[in-house]
Parts: sequence; C-alpha cells; structure tokens
Amino acid sequence: MALQSGEKLAMLVGNIWSKPRSRYWTLLGLRLLAFLAAAAATLVMALNKQTKTFVVGTIGTTPLKLTLTAKFHHTPAFVFFVIANGLVSMHNLVMIMVDLVGSKFDYKGFRFPMVAILDMLNVALVSGGANAAAFMAELGKNGNLHARWDKICDKFGAYCDRGGGALIASFLALAFMLLISFISILKLVNSSSHCSVSHNNN
Amino acid sequence: MAKTKTIITILLRLLAFGATLTATVVMVTSHDSAEVLNLKFSAKYTNSPAFKFYVIAEAIASGYGLIALFLCSKSSVERLIVILDVVIAMLLTSSISAALAEAEIGKKGNSHAGWLPICGQVPKFCDHVTGALIAGFVAAIVYLVLNLYSLVVVLAPLFPVKP
Repeated sequence: MALQSGEKLAMLVGNIWSKPRSRYWTLLGLRLLAFLAAAAATLVMALNKQTKTFVVGTIGTTPLKLTLTAKFHHTPAFVFFVIANGLVSMHNLVMIMVDLVGSKFDYKGFRFPMVAILDMLNVALVSGGANAAAFMAELGKNGNLHARWDKICDKFGAYCDRGGGALIASFLALAFMLLISFISILKLVNSSSHCSVSHNNN
Repeated sequence: MAKTKTIITILLRLLAFGATLTATVVMVTSHDSAEVLNLKFSAKYTNSPAFKFYVIAEAIASGYGLIALFLCSKSSVERLIVILDVVIAMLLTSSISAALAEAEIGKKGNSHAGWLPICGQVPKFCDHVTGALIAGFVAAIVYLVLNLYSLVVVLAPLFPVKP
C-alpha cells in the first residue's frame, strides 16, 4: 500500500516536471521572486540612514554635542552590495520580459545559451555582493579586538537592523538565482558528453 | 575536436586547482608581529572571520578540483560535475569578495567608524594577504571561464545546426 502511494507520488512529480507548461511557470515564478528579493535588498540598503547626536563633554553647564550620521555609502562593501543587487534585479526583470514576449525573437539559436550564461554570471555577482556586505556587517556588529576596531551596532541600532534585513533579502535572492541557474543549465544539457568522445556533433 | 575539448577542460581544471591551493597555503602562512609602544601587536589570519572563511572555502574548492580532475572521464557524473562547478564558482566568488572587503578596510581604514588602517604596522602580513587574494581572484575567474566553456562550447554550441 505504502509502496503504491510512494510510486504514485513519484510519477505525479515526474509528470508535473516533464510538462513544459508547468516548467515554464515555475521558472517565471522563481524569476519574479528573485526580482522582488533583489529589489527589496537594494531599496532597503540604499535608503538606510541613521543620525544620532552624542554628548561628548561639557563646557561649564552647556553640553557639547556631536552629530554623527551612518549612511550606506560610507562603506565600499555596501556600495558594491547596492550596485550588485540593482544589476541582478534589472537582469531578472529583463529575463521575465524576454520569457513573456520574446519567443519570436531568436537569433540562430542563441537564446538558451545566453540565458544560461547570464544567469550564471548574475549568481556570481549577487553572491559577491551579499557576502562582502555580510562580513562588513559582522565587523560592525562585533568589532575586531586585534585590530582595535570598535563595534558600531550598539550606537546605531536601527541602521544595523535595516542592514540586516537587506542582507537577508539578498541571500534569499541568491538562493532563488541559484535555482534559476540550475534550471536554465538543465534546459541546455543534451546527450553530448563533455569529458569523453562525443558522438553526435562534429 | 573532442580531444581538444578534453585537453582544454583538463588544463583549466589544473590551473584552477593550482590557484586555489596557492591561495590556501599563502593565507595560512601569513603572520606578522610588530611592537608599538611596548605593546605586542601580532596579526594572523585567524584574527579575522573573513580570512578564516576564505581559507575554508579555498580548501574545499581545492579538494573538489582534485576530485573533479580525476572524475572527468566518467560520463555518469557529467551533469553532477557541471552543477557542482557552478556551486563552487559561487563559493569562490563569495569568499574572495568577503576577504577583499575586510582587506580593504585593513588597508584604508574607515574614517566614519573610527577604524584605523593596520597595514602601516604589519606590512609583511598585508603583502602576504594581497598575494593570497590575487591567487583566489585568479581561481574564481578560471572557474567562471571553465563554467562558460562547459556551457557554451561543449554542452550547447553557440551556432547549432538547425534541423
């Protein structure tokens, strides 16, 4: 009984996967999610700003105040993060439009390899941006005793929280982009082997 | 023609393996110490989590490169190797970008956060780390080229013959 239902489930999944229509909608849905996540990460980090006033001393009775601002463009890693996520969201937007309206435009069978290549390059881009910002944020949160760098998250809590949210969105975009890249590559793989002698071409 | 493809693939994998191995070894052997105002100031790669992540990621990529070099001739694990190549390329780009971010702060500091650069005090450490980062960058680029090669030239030729 259990064997039959297991087999039925496997056949059901196989049926759903092999139908081109549902694969098309899966890819489109994943691209939409990746676009939303990357766009959210870009926007949250780009609008991340916090101003705080510190009292650094007193002259007589009047306190000396110092106003410090934390913005995303003080740190090159966050600038790279914003640029990378912006590029990735734009790439996903273009790919969604190509999927929806572009099936008529195909130049000598260029389309599938180009999509797979661009997806792979964008995976590398978003992973670079997300990881650089992650380690910079970790440095801001914990400081580094050996280099005598103080942590800044205890003073600028809201800035750190929003940065953390943008990082989570970017890592989600990375996961989606990885899945999209796999699906695009699997669309390309035909029977020619890549390490041993191939039979069908040349 | 197929032999050329095999040779180029094996060459690229060998180059990538060499680059990741170099990056790991050079980063692990980097350390320097300086005496500033009677305080001993020593810099090692374990002081920074980004560099620890870098060493671990490059070591994993070296191990994978060695295995992939030997498994290249079996056709049953073909697709798995292509997919794992993409994953390892992503791992390499992430580790190099994390280490670069931290090294840039070490070299230039961050005036807004009050972080002073440390390369003035431990120049040997900085040079070593720069060398390791260059090797890691080369490894990431070679893996990306390997992926593009696998995708474009071998799996789906750019100008296929339409039936």
